[in-house]
Amino acid sequence: FTKRKLDDEALEELEELLIAADLGPRAAAKVIASFRRTRFGKEVTDEEIKSTLAEEITKILAPVAQPLVIDPAHAPHVVLMVGVNGTGKTTTIGKLSQFYRDQGLRPMLVAGDTFRAAAVEQLQIWGDRTGAPVVSGKQDGDAAGLAYGALERAKREGIDVLLVDTAGRLHNKTALMDELAKIIRVIRKLDPTAPHATVLTLDATTGQNAINQVQVFRDLVKVDGLIVTKLDGSARGGIVVALAEEFGMPVHAVGVGEKVGDLRPFVAAEFAAGLVGANDPAA
Amino acid sequence: MFESLSNRLSSVFDRLRGRGALSETDVLEAMREVRLALLEADVALPVVKDFVTKVRERAVGVEVLRSVSPGQQVIKIVNDVLIEQLGGEGAVPLNINVPAPVPVLMVGLQGSGKTTTAGKIALMLRTKERKRVLLASLDTQRPAAQLQLAQLAERAEVSSLPIVQGQTPVQIAVRAMDAGRREGFDIVILDTAGRLSIDEELMDEVKAIRAATNPAETLLVVDAMTGQDAVNTARAFNEAVGVTGIVMTRMDGDARGGAALSMRAITGAPIKLTGSGEKLDAMEAFHPERVAGRILGM
Ligand SMILES: Nc1nc2c(ncn2[C@@H]2O[C@H](COP(=O)(O)OP(=O)(O)OP(=O)(O)O)[C@@H](O)[C@H]2O)c(=O)[nH]1
Ligand SMILES: Nc1nc2c(ncn2[C@@H]2O[C@H](COP(=O)(O)OP(=O)(O)OP(=O)(O)O)[C@@H](O)[C@H]2O)c(=O)[nH]1
Ligand SMILES: [K+]
Ligand SMILES: [Mg+2]
Ligand SMILES: [Mg+2]
Repeated sequence: FTKRKLDDEALEELEELLIAADLGPRAAAKVIASFRRTRFGKEVTDEEIKSTLAEEITKILAPVAQPLVIDPAHAPHVVLMVGVNGTGKTTTIGKLSQFYRDQGLRPMLVAGDTFRAAAVEQLQIWGDRTGAPVVSGKQDGDAAGLAYGALERAKREGIDVLLVDTAGRLHNKTALMDELAKIIRVIRKLDPTAPHATVLTLDATTGQNAINQVQVFRDLVKVDGLIVTKLDGSARGGIVVALAEEFGMPVHAVGVGEKVGDLRPFVAAEFAAGLVGANDPAA
Repeated sequence: MFESLSNRLSSVFDRLRGRGALSETDVLEAMREVRLALLEADVALPVVKDFVTKVRERAVGVEVLRSVSPGQQVIKIVNDVLIEQLGGEGAVPLNINVPAPVPVLMVGLQGSGKTTTAGKIALMLRTKERKRVLLASLDTQRPAAQLQLAQLAERAEVSSLPIVQGQTPVQIAVRAMDAGRREGFDIVILDTAGRLSIDEELMDEVKAIRAATNPAETLLVVDAMTGQDAVNTARAFNEAVGVTGIVMTRMDGDARGGAALSMRAITGAPIKLTGSGEKLDAMEAFHPERVAGRILGM
């Protein structure tokens, strides 16, 4: 291995690597600044640079790596899946359904997207695949009422986890965000502690707008954590670092494909290594 | 969140108000701010670098006018170059002036908005151009994808290709073009499954679809919130299928939409349409001037 000096030029290259991974210019500058304090002027190999940079990022991410823990005593534990259009809510519900089934729990799915074409049929297929009942209503029906009815039924039938799908919505659309708040208000009439987890799906290809997304969803519906989807692609999801810095937003899991088993726990060190390309063969 | 580029540049230039021409050093400092503004708007890094070089070349040596602040002069140059790079003023229409049935192929990453956009284009062509449109879903991957397109066809009041289980995407594409010829359709819109740019098997599949149908338009559908990965997506799809036009969806959000510049720079293909909502009438022609202002936060 050839060693090189960690000088200004080398640090600038690293900063660009982080920007290209979607950390954003601010978070990238911050990471590099603290890296500079401890390593500037040292002779290091490329390999060492990447692994120590990954360590630096792991420090930021470790506190937000928090699995989605289900408490069956809630009977059921209500998980509300929210997020911007097309980010992977419905697919992630399918994956979670399988995950809980594998743990011997009984999930039930709620087709709370009454708006998009064939959204109900899409969720129904995930229910069939994972052997979970699916509660659905009329096209364009009231999602809050549907969720209320589903919670009633889940309580009756001894369901452990109620996974509530919702329509995709952009955070800057007030009426749609109010509708989400209404779902929460209405299910709280049955269980004041519900939803027990509100999970936001974040597409790994998203750039700086993720900061607005998280901020608004968090303020309006109190997001408990993220599931980062589509990490099997070339996008590295670096915005998660900025979100950890800015909001300390927990990350529960990552999506790595379209199949039922393609959900992984969020592991800070692994994610950080992926970000800087520490695992890439010839980088 | 974002400090506007004009504020930033005026602080850089405040102290040189009223001097002769913009020097290399003045401009260099200003370009740092331009770079930052573009990165915050999600323009991809290699595209930012090229862009900054172009602006710098044009800005150095420019006479500082007494009436206008140097900051405003640089912003004008940035804005002009940005509009140029986004395709110049005005909008580029779909290329559908070839013998019927005209194949239009929709491609892109998972969830970018292909199926919805297929429905929107169908509605637009039916109502504004009086075309007979056939919608065909080649998506055998995503649960209920074919049904989704069939429902959108109903809403747009156009025909959709009957769903036949067990056919491959290429077989469906061939069947769609046959139906288009036989039943006298003007346009056949081929909606494909979402695919990752690094998924070789699925990229080969979309190549085969293209080879079998020879589309007049191959539209890459891209989310306006896309970050730095825009470069990979643009390059991979363009190399595989030769993108002829780009559609930017979710412009109704508050993303700055820098991916538009990245997409255009990497593929060279014009951005033709923008999506601004989930309803089928929420689609507009792309206007570079407006998007330039949005990227710069002005
Ligand atoms: N490659 C990959 N694709 C994914 C992943 N998660 C979801 N997808 C795909 O992304 C697309 C959108 O997923 P959906 O689950 O329908 O997203 P959604 O958020 O429910 O979408 P709306 O309900 O329309 O807002 C589908 O094609 C999914 O198969 C992932 O982790 N990796
Ligand atoms: N707000 C908004 N939502 C949009 C727009 N275009 C599409 N959508 C929504 O984005 C989500 C995904 O759209 P689809 O058309 O299913 O995307 P797709 O690319 O076909 O997805 P896959 O087939 O799974 O790859 C849906 O909820 C659409 O309603 C748009 O311009 N604005
Ligand atoms: K990745
Ligand atoms: Mg959905
Ligand atoms: Mg689709």
